[in-house]
Amino acid sequence: MTVTVAPSDATAVADSGLPSRPRAATGRRKASSRSRIGYVFVSGYGVLMLGFGILPALYALLLAFTDADGGFAGFTNFAKVIGDYRFLPAVGHVAAYLVVWLVSLLVLVVLLALVVHAIKVRWLSTTLRFVFYLPGALAGASSVLLWLFVLDPSSSPVAPLLHAFGFSSFVQVIQPGHLPVIFAIIAFWTGAGGWIVIMYGALNNVSDETIEAARIDGANAAQIAISIQLPLLRKWIAYMGIMSLAAGTQLFVEPQLLSQASNAVVGNDYSLNQLAYIYAFTQNDFNGSAAISILLLIVALALSAVFVTRGGLFEKD
Amino acid sequence: MTTLRASRPPRTGIPVRTRGLAGWSGRGILAAVLIVFVLFFAIPIVWLLLAAGKNAHALLVDNAFSFGTLQDAVANWNQLFSFQGGAIVGWIGNSGLYAIGALLITLIVSVPAGYALALTEFRLRRPLLIVTLVVMLIPNTALVLPEFLELNLVGLIGNPLSVILPMSFFPFGVYLTYIYFSTSIPRDLLSAARIDGCSEISVFTKIALPLAAPVVALVAFFSFVQNWNNFFLPFVMLPSSSGYPVQVGLTTLLASTPAFNPTAAGSESVQLPTLALATIISVLPVLIMFLFSQRFLVSGMTAGGTKE
Repeated sequence: MTVTVAPSDATAVADSGLPSRPRAATGRRKASSRSRIGYVFVSGYGVLMLGFGILPALYALLLAFTDADGGFAGFTNFAKVIGDYRFLPAVGHVAAYLVVWLVSLLVLVVLLALVVHAIKVRWLSTTLRFVFYLPGALAGASSVLLWLFVLDPSSSPVAPLLHAFGFSSFVQVIQPGHLPVIFAIIAFWTGAGGWIVIMYGALNNVSDETIEAARIDGANAAQIAISIQLPLLRKWIAYMGIMSLAAGTQLFVEPQLLSQASNAVVGNDYSLNQLAYIYAFTQNDFNGSAAISILLLIVALALSAVFVTRGGLFEKD
Repeated sequence: MTTLRASRPPRTGIPVRTRGLAGWSGRGILAAVLIVFVLFFAIPIVWLLLAAGKNAHALLVDNAFSFGTLQDAVANWNQLFSFQGGAIVGWIGNSGLYAIGALLITLIVSVPAGYALALTEFRLRRPLLIVTLVVMLIPNTALVLPEFLELNLVGLIGNPLSVILPMSFFPFGVYLTYIYFSTSIPRDLLSAARIDGCSEISVFTKIALPLAAPVVALVAFFSFVQNWNNFFLPFVMLPSSSGYPVQVGLTTLLASTPAFNPTAAGSESVQLPTLALATIISVLPVLIMFLFSQRFLVSGMTAGGTKE
């Protein structure tokens, strides 16, 4: 729904914040000096962007279309990695994880933000947001490690819960079928709080008058949430969805550590990024690794470009 | 809806409890939902803090939320810091070096770049802005393997620069400074300085830069947190344990923990409470920053997205 803004917004995005400059007043000499200074000021950033954004992408593209001896290979590398017996399962794993995670993220973040926002006792609302948001400090390997403990029935603080589900050992908990849910729980635990706080902030932008007027018209809390608050959150929900989708396709550290901790009950080729890593580091096949990286990069770029040009979030008034 | 606002009652500072939630049963359900999620978010952290003070036996048999002893906490500390000849000290040092080194380069290049994008005009300005936005929104892991392939070509793998330089490329920081300079600096001030004969360089250093303190702090916060927590980049770039940051070092500790790796039993093996302590230490700087920065985080993530 949020992507219905006219595509011409791409221009609006790039021009946003641009002051209307009195060109006539500035002499041509001054203008060109200011243009030169512009280049000087962006030069450091430009070099980094070239070196660690654009050139690596182009080099990976080159590798993806050549063979080990540097000859042109057409789509051979892509055919090889897509035909790899591990590729489609990895796509399936990542997709299953994404479905579980995105649905729970969208539903629960919005629900929790609405509920916390409905609390009028200030210290309680502040404390709740703080508790939700603090796990965000534990990212990457640290949060996975913490969850290894939580998921191991022998040490877990929620061992009775795990036993109630019929799990008595770590290996039972991390059966392959459970992994999408487990990874979704870890990602939700780490990342949801920040989004809840953001949605809460967006809800504060809804004026009290609007809510009050609706209430006087006889709307109950649920109706207010659905017909007033949700539409105002739409942009943020889309932002959260796209950022999370893009990040989720990159799944790496969770299965990597779980594979290590489970004595390979979880394979080290569970996700696409892991497969790209294996191609580069185990098989010494940089061309194949580049091909997978390019596929992942295309997905990320496409999502990002759609959002930048059509999402309208980065417009400024 | 907005046409009905005439009947608005006067606002009071007193919390009005009946508003927003429909009746007692509805409130009961919502309270239950909240309690479940508070437990979900809080239990792992509380448990982790307590676990670092117990011995391996107590961790398994005692109540999960019982307190350990100072003695055991010290023993865990000693085990952690003697692991592989104090490797963790080196890892923490590396994390600091990479995170702060990259942070400094990020600030040095981002502030002038954001200024130029906001307040000067040059032909590549628009393409640069669009690329910045697009790259800012792609996950930073997406470029790691291409960066590895490139740096492998020039022989930088294993060098600290192989993580510091890619981390320094931080489009989000440039975007934040761009937003800040284009909304918070009065243009008249800059024009007045120019009329008074200020060169373009001194307009930046004498006027814009001193006003940029808030956004410098914001960029520094995001850059540091992201650099410190980065796992995939150093994991790929740094083959030797002596170069690991603490996030990657955790994998070495994990590999030496018999509970998760039965082949690891031996003199250098790591007990579970020690691993818990290492997890706490690995996030300590970021955790402390998070305690004081909720407002920070929100203002950064919503920059440019809300209408003032």
